[in-house]
Amino acid sequence: MEKAPAAPHPDFDLLRPIEDPGKNFYYIVAVLLVIILYTGYVYIRQLYHGLGVTGMAQPVTWGFYIINFVFFIGISHAGTLISAILRLSKAEWRRPITRMAEVITAIVLAIGGLHPIIDLGRPDRMLHLFYNGRLQSPLLWDITSITAYFTASTVYLYIPMIPDIAILRDRGVKPRWLYEFLSWGWQGTEQQHKVLDRAMNILMVMVIPIAISVHTIISYIFAMTVQPGWHSTIFGPYFVVGAIFSGIAAILVLMIVFRKVFHLERYLKLIHFNYLSVLLLIMSLLWFYFTFSEYLTGYYGHEPNEMRVFWYKFTGAFAPYFWTMVTCNFLLPLILLSNRKTRTIPGILIASISVIIGMWLERLIIVVPSLANPRLPYPTGIYIPSATEWTLFIGGVSVFILGYMMFARFFPVISVWEIQEGRQESAKAVTERIASYMPDPQPPSAKR
Amino acid sequence: MKWGMVIDLQKCTGCGECVAACKLENNVAIVDPKESEIGRTMLWMDMLTVYEGEYPRLRVRQFPRPCMHCDHPPCTKVCPVRATYKNEEGIVAQIYPQCIGCRYCMAACPYTVKSFNWYKPEWAPGIRETANPDVSVRPAGVVEKCTFCVHRLQKAKEQAKFEGRNLREGDFQTACADSCPTGAIVFGDLENTRHRVSPLSRSPRATRLLEDLGTEPKVIYLKEVD
Repeated sequence: MEKAPAAPHPDFDLLRPIEDPGKNFYYIVAVLLVIILYTGYVYIRQLYHGLGVTGMAQPVTWGFYIINFVFFIGISHAGTLISAILRLSKAEWRRPITRMAEVITAIVLAIGGLHPIIDLGRPDRMLHLFYNGRLQSPLLWDITSITAYFTASTVYLYIPMIPDIAILRDRGVKPRWLYEFLSWGWQGTEQQHKVLDRAMNILMVMVIPIAISVHTIISYIFAMTVQPGWHSTIFGPYFVVGAIFSGIAAILVLMIVFRKVFHLERYLKLIHFNYLSVLLLIMSLLWFYFTFSEYLTGYYGHEPNEMRVFWYKFTGAFAPYFWTMVTCNFLLPLILLSNRKTRTIPGILIASISVIIGMWLERLIIVVPSLANPRLPYPTGIYIPSATEWTLFIGGVSVFILGYMMFARFFPVISVWEIQEGRQESAKAVTERIASYMPDPQPPSAKR
Repeated sequence: MKWGMVIDLQKCTGCGECVAACKLENNVAIVDPKESEIGRTMLWMDMLTVYEGEYPRLRVRQFPRPCMHCDHPPCTKVCPVRATYKNEEGIVAQIYPQCIGCRYCMAACPYTVKSFNWYKPEWAPGIRETANPDVSVRPAGVVEKCTFCVHRLQKAKEQAKFEGRNLREGDFQTACADSCPTGAIVFGDLENTRHRVSPLSRSPRATRLLEDLGTEPKVIYLKEVD
């Protein structure tokens, strides 16, 4: 691999993965490619035979694909939403985190967005959605909001990357044409910085409502039907909270992985983990609050069909999943993160992974039980995912890992220029800002 | 005009003739027994069983279940491509070449009446030749359900037009109504007072499934009188 010819950069640690990816990178990519190719084969097999190769049947007509769709899109809220909120609220500790979070969004959104297509019985007729679409169907709203979110979040990822790409271009990193093209003639002039700041400000304000709309509308897919367990007014905010919750957990896991692999201890410090894990803890409490309200109202209403789904989750066939979910999403994070002694990197890692598992289970628990318990006296539905569905799930995760690795191979996962800007300007900016919060000095003319 | 069906549970013996007649009439795929076991049986008309009470005083009731052809169908609302819609005569129709197979309508239907073609339908050699030429065979990956035998309606309409007269009640019955040995199933225009379904639907015994959902089903059950 070509060594960088230029002078040592103050943030060389951030550029090293790009300039010298190392051998392991290629091994992992090879393994992932094999998994992804196999997944492709399995999907083509499904195309050929029909959806019969899955474990779905009547009445459980939605399975892993829809669960993973909701799950992946949920993870995508990590990114842009968190980074936009942190930027907007001028949280200075955001600087090493925002880029990582935004990349999650872009990749996971692409994967999640593909899931409804995988789920279609007739993917060849997908374009009917465009030339025969009906706006009264929540699925159409979904397509609209996910497309908008994908566009906004990729632009929002790309725009703050331009100065970093220019750094790589100036250091002569290969492939030169890529950085040459993507840096868009960035020279770092004052005018350019002004335009960049402006674009970022517009985007981060735009991206927040779009992100919230995305998961609200995904919840509407369920809430707009009259099915027990789905027809709920709090589903919109419940899904958004769950999405941000799983998103923060995903960022934390990735931060821990990158810190370890790329030796970024200087950048991703304990304070960042501390702050983010407190945020995770808050989301965990919020999640519990929503879950509690959702089920308590259902229980008190005591509508027979609602209760059938309720008991199916609490004591029936789904009880193991339900109580695991409560443990993973609430009890474990609460114990680990509210205690200073366990709020360490390993503790946070365990809590984050448990939240990711728990949030996946939550999607399972939302989708399947309502379908498995039809209102009329049919036998209770059974859903056992087939090997095809498991493979496509693993394939989806592999695409995510590969996508992230490819990104980290060509672009810095921590914003170099924002770190530099932070070093140079934030201390002054923060002091000034704090001074502006303080009471004004008493004017000399004022009398008591 | 508002097509509807009355099913008299007092007369229904639960024999299942309607289920079989429907399956043959509409070329509904016969799935492999293994597939059927995991819940992929395709029935446009199903016979549902209700168990009431506990063993010594157990009571078993059965009732046929076609599509309810709701006046406010929850399924058509959610279809993203107008593959299912309510036509001007009140029939909730399916357009198979339009369906993308998202199965949202199946998830939204409170009566769970829709079937999905998990595989390409296959027929045993003898059965293929006896398929009904009036009903299109569905491809893999689309949703299907009871259409109130809309192809029979089409034929009856054309015949009436040819003879230069209006459609009469006897011109058109669904396959299930035709086949019912006890005459429990009656089909007709709910808005036409001369059709039998019209007075029957106003009988004090008349009830609809899951009426409280406000879907306004056009299949009316006449309760059993003990």
